[in-house]
Amino acid sequence: MAEPDSPEGLITANRLTKTFPSPRGLVTALDDITFSLKKGSITGLIGPDGAGKTTLMRLLAGLLLPDSGEIKIMGINPSKDPLSVQGSIGYMPQKFGLYEDLSVQENLDLYASLQGVPQDRREDLYVPLLAMTGLSPFQKRLAGQLSGGMKQKLGIACSLVHQPPILLLDEPTVGVDPVSRRELWEILKKLVSESGSTLFVSTSYLDEAERCNEILILYNGKILGNGTPEAFRMEVAGRGYRAEAPGQSLRVVEPKLSVLPGVVDTVLEGSTVRVVMDSDMPPSVPQGLGKILLHPAPPRFEDAFMSRIKKVTRENPKTISIDRLYPKHSQEQKNIPEKPENAIDVENLVRDFGTFRAVDNLTFHVRKGEVFGLLGANGAGKTTTFRMLAGLLEPSGGKLIVAGKDVRKAAAQARQNIGYMAQKFSLYSQLTVFQNLIFFSSAYGLSGSLQKEKIQNSLTFFELEPYRNVSSGILPLGFRQRLALSCALIHEPSILFLDEPTSGVDPNARREFWHIINALAIVGVSVLVTTHFMEEAEYCDRLVIMAQGTLLAMGNPEEIKEKTRTPQMPEPSLEDAFVSLLSDFSRTQGDHQ
Amino acid sequence: MNSSSSRAFFSARLNRIRALVYKESLQIVRDPSSLAIALVLPFVLLLIFGYGVSLDASHVPIAVVQDSRTPASEGFIASLRNSRWFSPKPYANIHDAIGALKRQDVEGILWLRENFGRGIESFHNAPIHVIVDGVDDNTARLVEGYLNNTWQTWLHLRAQRGRLSSPLPAELQVRIWFNPDNRSRDFLIPGLIAVIMTLIGALLTALVIAREWERGTMEALFVTPVSIGEILVGKFIPYFILGMSGMALSVLMSRFLFEVPLRGSVITLALTSSLFLTTALGMGLLISTAAKNQFVAGQIAIVFTFLPAFILSGFIFDIHSMPPFIQAITHIIPASYFVTILQSVFLAGDIPKVIIPNSVALALFAVFLFALILRVSRKRIE
Amino acid sequence: MQRLLRIMRLVQKEFLALLRDKKSRMVLIVPPTVQLLVFSYAATFDLNNISYAVWNEDTGIYSRQLLARFSGSPNFKLVGTITREQEVAPLINNRKVLLVLHIRSNFSRNLLSSNPATIEALLDGRQSNTAMILLGYVETIVNNYTTDVATARGIPTPIAPIALRAWYNPNLKSRWFIVPGIVGLLTLVVTLLVTALSVAREREEGTFDQLLVTPLTPLDIILGKVLPGFVIGMVEATGIIVLAVLIFHIPLRGSLEALYLGLFLFILSGLGVGLMISSLVSTQQQGLLGAFLFLVPSIILSGFASPIANMPTFIQDLTLLNPLRYFMVILREVFLQGAGVSILLPEYAALLGIGTTTLLLAGHFFRRGLR
Repeated sequence: MAEPDSPEGLITANRLTKTFPSPRGLVTALDDITFSLKKGSITGLIGPDGAGKTTLMRLLAGLLLPDSGEIKIMGINPSKDPLSVQGSIGYMPQKFGLYEDLSVQENLDLYASLQGVPQDRREDLYVPLLAMTGLSPFQKRLAGQLSGGMKQKLGIACSLVHQPPILLLDEPTVGVDPVSRRELWEILKKLVSESGSTLFVSTSYLDEAERCNEILILYNGKILGNGTPEAFRMEVAGRGYRAEAPGQSLRVVEPKLSVLPGVVDTVLEGSTVRVVMDSDMPPSVPQGLGKILLHPAPPRFEDAFMSRIKKVTRENPKTISIDRLYPKHSQEQKNIPEKPENAIDVENLVRDFGTFRAVDNLTFHVRKGEVFGLLGANGAGKTTTFRMLAGLLEPSGGKLIVAGKDVRKAAAQARQNIGYMAQKFSLYSQLTVFQNLIFFSSAYGLSGSLQKEKIQNSLTFFELEPYRNVSSGILPLGFRQRLALSCALIHEPSILFLDEPTSGVDPNARREFWHIINALAIVGVSVLVTTHFMEEAEYCDRLVIMAQGTLLAMGNPEEIKEKTRTPQMPEPSLEDAFVSLLSDFSRTQGDHQ
Repeated sequence: MNSSSSRAFFSARLNRIRALVYKESLQIVRDPSSLAIALVLPFVLLLIFGYGVSLDASHVPIAVVQDSRTPASEGFIASLRNSRWFSPKPYANIHDAIGALKRQDVEGILWLRENFGRGIESFHNAPIHVIVDGVDDNTARLVEGYLNNTWQTWLHLRAQRGRLSSPLPAELQVRIWFNPDNRSRDFLIPGLIAVIMTLIGALLTALVIAREWERGTMEALFVTPVSIGEILVGKFIPYFILGMSGMALSVLMSRFLFEVPLRGSVITLALTSSLFLTTALGMGLLISTAAKNQFVAGQIAIVFTFLPAFILSGFIFDIHSMPPFIQAITHIIPASYFVTILQSVFLAGDIPKVIIPNSVALALFAVFLFALILRVSRKRIE
Repeated sequence: MQRLLRIMRLVQKEFLALLRDKKSRMVLIVPPTVQLLVFSYAATFDLNNISYAVWNEDTGIYSRQLLARFSGSPNFKLVGTITREQEVAPLINNRKVLLVLHIRSNFSRNLLSSNPATIEALLDGRQSNTAMILLGYVETIVNNYTTDVATARGIPTPIAPIALRAWYNPNLKSRWFIVPGIVGLLTLVVTLLVTALSVAREREEGTFDQLLVTPLTPLDIILGKVLPGFVIGMVEATGIIVLAVLIFHIPLRGSLEALYLGLFLFILSGLGVGLMISSLVSTQQQGLLGAFLFLVPSIILSGFASPIANMPTFIQDLTLLNPLRYFMVILREVFLQGAGVSILLPEYAALLGIGTTTLLLAGHFFRRGLR
């Protein structure tokens, strides 16, 4: 029974430690964690992949035993009495815990029975749950045929069938498009306000932190901070600026700003650079940088997050010189004057799967040296387009010119100019770092001393030398990403394809990554990115938003935002713009049908 | 705990098991690959074995060379032609016949020498030379056996007709019990049923549980108040029913399509099969506690359950003829006990002295396996 | 030249991927070795330790002489002696014995008086094959005995003894038949597993896309998959052949050229089938199932354990598509019959045909899968 001094709904963890064996010795997933959660609130567990979020969730649910330390959920220790805890919590694991062969209704019935919900009460429970998650029309549909966002909603509904006072959600929004993500958060908010549940939600999206009542930052197995979003923002109030550099390329300016003394964080945001300082002192911009206009910017959670991380990691930012990686392009740039030339031409592109038209008459052009984004909801056709551009899928119709070569006729030549980095950093996990580099460089026709030199340069540039003979499968995530990028760049391609390149990656590593991408763009490499990640979209020079295989909007981030500026929404973020464009679109579609 | 609360506890438990069984049944029906393993695979295997595997030779092509044609030699060849075992092909001389043997046109040569006829008439040696292709030792031995048999029968007939008064000093009379026609299909098919049940019980079960781990549904089940025992029972019941259906299908096919006799009772068959299926399911469940992805689970199931059931169960190869250390291994293979039971129930009948000890062995396996499963499986992710 | 180098790198990568991973190393080494040993020892049609009982109603010397021949044989094991007919049924029914030898009371008398003396053999027919072989053994012993008796009494044996010569395998050893077959069986298993799972694994890990965006052509990629399969198949087969000759003393009478030409063509067709499975499936598990579904019928319908000649005609026709069938012929002819290249030309042609067809089909499915 619950002790009087441990109010219902409260979760406490005291000095939790958990380690796992790995090929490279014991890995500490959680290191001496202590925290407690408030009743009737949403607490966000924020941290990059590998921070220990899933381990913590599983410990709370009684699925793992801690090495040391103690957990109390409503006064019960889940390590000792998992069944009692599991009867009173809802838990949604990261991979959908759904039976794909079962319908929506059957999944709900199963979990209701397992949780012992009496037959006569089920209807009363289902109706609001289905209404809240918007699944009412799909009760008969098999879970496997739902979209990613709807699956997550069904997962939430299933973990709520027994009206648990506590709900644990492990990365419910990963891989979900911004529209569905927003809807999921609406559902969670409603849940707390209507039933007073206590929610513990883990996420690697920093922007979601602002939606929580409380935040717990987990980084490398340690708690880096605990408080309300407001408190976090206040820490950095008055330290954020928006820098404008009229007449200069921000890609050139941003790295220079990042190494100024006192600067904690810089990040591209459309037509400005956000600069965060470590004190109230504004940055002192040296003369050599040209004209830089600084405007104070309202504080946000990510700024606080970055400055906290910087305190832990204390790495000095370094200037990136791409010359050794791209000797060819830096030469070209010096000799040949800039001439307008398209890297990718897409005209009237069509792709059918049976009777279903996934891409419908798509036209756009990517200029040389441009970072170009491809955005859209799940199923909008952006992955299909992306795969066609990379030569992985044959178009059904239209024109497709990549690096001056018609992909449909000269695929092999077109591919020689393409670098491709897949979402999961697809490398041969059994091969070492060096063996992967040897293989991919040979696949692109490098050999002899040139190959050796290129590989050595890559190892040095990406700081992979210490991992040279380590199997790539057991590299830390950040290094895996670096290796994937170095393999994609080994043949100095003029066009780079990136598929959600930094989702879940440590924000530090993400900034480093984008510094490299920016440097590449400066020397004339064109970059095509597909992403759900609005932060990545902000790095783009231009982007297209797709819906149902057609082009919905095209322009630079500012132009896209401009489209949705309304009196109600005077300062729309890119995500706001994206969501409102898509909902407008589905409304007009609905009218037509 | 008072009686009403314990009753509530059990009814809740029963409800949860019922929900799990219902879920599993829906999945089986909707997932074509489970049905394929459970029903189509047995069907195909039975067809292939039933029609494809026969260790008996019939109409073996055999070259016949007569150095001289006599009534006696013609008579012997006629009796050869009349037997269902041989289809004799005449060759003019022994060199042609040897050529045919080398080309594999014939499996053996029957060479009736110059003095064959006279030898018979005058009670002297009648030299018959038989040359067989010894590569396939089994067929070679069968050919030898059949030839001997035909020869003796022919001699006997001659003796009865009074042409040959002096018979052999001693002759062999043979009675083969249970399978007088000695059809290999009749003993192969009961053994095959054991292999099929292993396939459904161990391979299929190991795969479906590994799939739950892969898809993350196991984790979701674990955080409900379901106990590990309930999850196991929830898996056991539907696959037990599926396995018994596969069994029924196999028995019907062997009885009516292949006309294998069923001399024992259906009840004995059902009881012993359910005992074996329990051990097979136990193996499948045990594998799945160790292997959490389908690939590994499939490989373990094939190497540790399917192959032994195939080779070491006595299904094709006689266990007593194996070297002692391999015979020792067969004792820890449940299928070897079940094959013994099946061959008896189909061909001999309900023989308690065979059925009971072997069933006891199976029951011990089942108890051991499930005790082990309960010991090693915990409701944890690690 | 450039292209050759790329393909060599692909091959190198493939080897590293296969051999650096402990699990796949195990798959390549452990199951074939275990299977070779277990199969070779367990899969035999020779009978040993045949348990039998004696029901001797004769008190004469001849019956004892005859029975001594059985108890003296290493193949037979006397389990019990019985005196009444009622005891026969339980012994056979309960599988205590496979054989009961019944000698009637007048056996010795009849033998002396040249009346037919009969010995009755009662056999358990539940395992028909065993029964048939056993019967052969019994016949041999009885026949030898009768001949000896007749010779001892100075009368010419009145029957024509069949003089049997078994070519190639004079002692009719099962192992000589089974072990060469295992060479083919294991080679098929290994080549199928190496290829059927490799593309699927690359698909699952996402490296296949990474491979496709390089300038490598589909032909390069197929070659990169086929060559390692070749090397591994050749090495494993050679290992098994060496073990067969050294441990199991199987004579290798034919020419190595004939054997390796056959092996080469057989691996070609095995790889073709493996790649075909590989290009049709999307996960390793489906690949495993596909390989399994191909392996079981092709082993059964290859003549490995039961002669193809015994199968119904339509199944015999079906075996014509089975590469293992031809390789079984090649293996046994080369090992035991000392065949050379010229006599095996039809088998080579068939394997070549199957190999090129499956490889072409694999290439076709492979390219179609890219669309």
